[in-house]
Amino acid sequence: MAGKHVLLIEDEPHIAEAIRFILSRAGWQVTLHNDGQDAIGVIASAQPDVLILDLMLPGRSGLEILADLRSGNGGQKALPVLMLTARGQLRDREAAERAGASAFLAKPFANADVLAAVRTLAGEEAG
Amino acid sequence: MPRSALTGTRIRERRTALRMKQADLARDVGISPAYLNLIEHNRRRVGDALLEHLAQVLGVDPVALAEGAEGVLFDGLREAAAAAAMGEAEPELERIEEFVGRFPGWAALLAGRQARIGQLERVVESYAERMAQDPFLLTSLHEVLSAVTSLRSTAAILTDTDDIEPVWRTRFLTTIREESLRLSDTAEALVGYLDTQEEAETGLSSPLEEVEAWLAARNWHLPELEGPRPADGERLIAGVAELASSAGRRLALMHIAQAAQDARALPMEPLLAALAAEGPEPARIAARTGAPIPVVFRRMATLPPGIEGMPPVGLVVCDGSGTLTLRRPIAGFVLPRFGAACPLWPLYEALGRPMQPIRAVVDMAGRLPQRFLTYGFCQPSQPGGFDGPLLMQAMMLILPVPRDMAQEARPVGSSCRICPRAACPGRREPSILTEA
Repeated sequence: MAGKHVLLIEDEPHIAEAIRFILSRAGWQVTLHNDGQDAIGVIASAQPDVLILDLMLPGRSGLEILADLRSGNGGQKALPVLMLTARGQLRDREAAERAGASAFLAKPFANADVLAAVRTLAGEEAG
Repeated sequence: MPRSALTGTRIRERRTALRMKQADLARDVGISPAYLNLIEHNRRRVGDALLEHLAQVLGVDPVALAEGAEGVLFDGLREAAAAAAMGEAEPELERIEEFVGRFPGWAALLAGRQARIGQLERVVESYAERMAQDPFLLTSLHEVLSAVTSLRSTAAILTDTDDIEPVWRTRFLTTIREESLRLSDTAEALVGYLDTQEEAETGLSSPLEEVEAWLAARNWHLPELEGPRPADGERLIAGVAELASSAGRRLALMHIAQAAQDARALPMEPLLAALAAEGPEPARIAARTGAPIPVVFRRMATLPPGIEGMPPVGLVVCDGSGTLTLRRPIAGFVLPRFGAACPLWPLYEALGRPMQPIRAVVDMAGRLPQRFLTYGFCQPSQPGGFDGPLLMQAMMLILPVPRDMAQEARPVGSSCRICPRAACPGRREPSILTEA
């Protein structure tokens, strides 16, 4: 669905660039941000349809940002959130689910998985 | 007390070593020479009371007569039997003595292999602990995963996108080059780090471990510090291979200063006299000699080997943060190399109750749980004066449980990561082991 907006908060520039390329080619508008500290303000002003959030970020962890978001800060309590982490351990996944993540991808992931997850979260048919 | 089939043989060996006639020993312990003869030829089992009496007359510990040197061998074989997995052949435990008697070489080999397996399991556990806690490893793994993710995504874009613009192609090729270099650098650093750690694993990885290895090589006793003119600390540690780092040498000098002070406060002669009179009971030794309990603990844990009536002793010391600052091991009581110890150790109970002596029997978790008698004590100090900080030092003396002691035992472990007690109320984190 062209024109839908993804906000990607990821501090690894090459990963962010690759995801932006994949999503842009699929018709998404992608905004990049690389810091956790001011993430809630960025979410509030960007008003994305889907948020892709890395778990380990400088300034503030993805889990804290997510919990903050779900408590109502940022003005998008029900925003679909895809969590990314460099540690695919079960405990990270459980912590992300407890914090209110809508979906979860462990690095390293396939490009197709990112695209499918974003489409699903946006209510499109995956694949 | 568990009895080896060879108890009688040891009684005979000890008697003949003392050049004592069979009739004299029989008379001294109140049995007939014929009965003693049957015992010495392992044709009659010895009751606890008689064994104690024989040991007293022969001047040895009853345990030494009952179990002898092969006690360790039996322990190793029982451990090997206990390690047999479900569905494996079940060893005939009831014939263990016959096995040792008929095939001593095979028995020693099997027990030796079991000991080696135990060592390797401990190495694996220490690596698992390190993996879970080492910030360098965690950061490196994060770097590796990030680089691999970048490479995977970027390479897939380049191969899967037919109509990619030249500017993007160039950017992604640059990314691949940069991430490849990053992966290479991280891998190199990781290998270098693990090499260092492997070296440390076979040797020593912290100043405390250096000091403990040096003391272990000295049987934890420094005779040079006994007597009116103790040796100079610098001379004592000169050229000691185990004390490789300057921090290790500084720590060793601190230990020597404390040990010399303890030797002055409780010299060997009155200590041995008190031990002979009171047995290995630190509070009674302290009362008899007038030495403070911490000094008695440290002196008991650093006695020369082979003192009659003195069982093997372990000692752990911690500061107010609970960090272990000294670990003298005792067989069967597993001391953690990394991270915090079991919060249920009486050591930490003592830390919370300064100046109150604590005695507790504990069961150390393991494949073959072992029972120990522990004494805990915490001594506050204020080296900076009234305005200085209050410092705590707790210590725990660990001894084998006397066989006549019937006291409820407290279940404890080594540290949560390697403790199989799943339902422990003191558990901080999940174990890497399953409940035994």
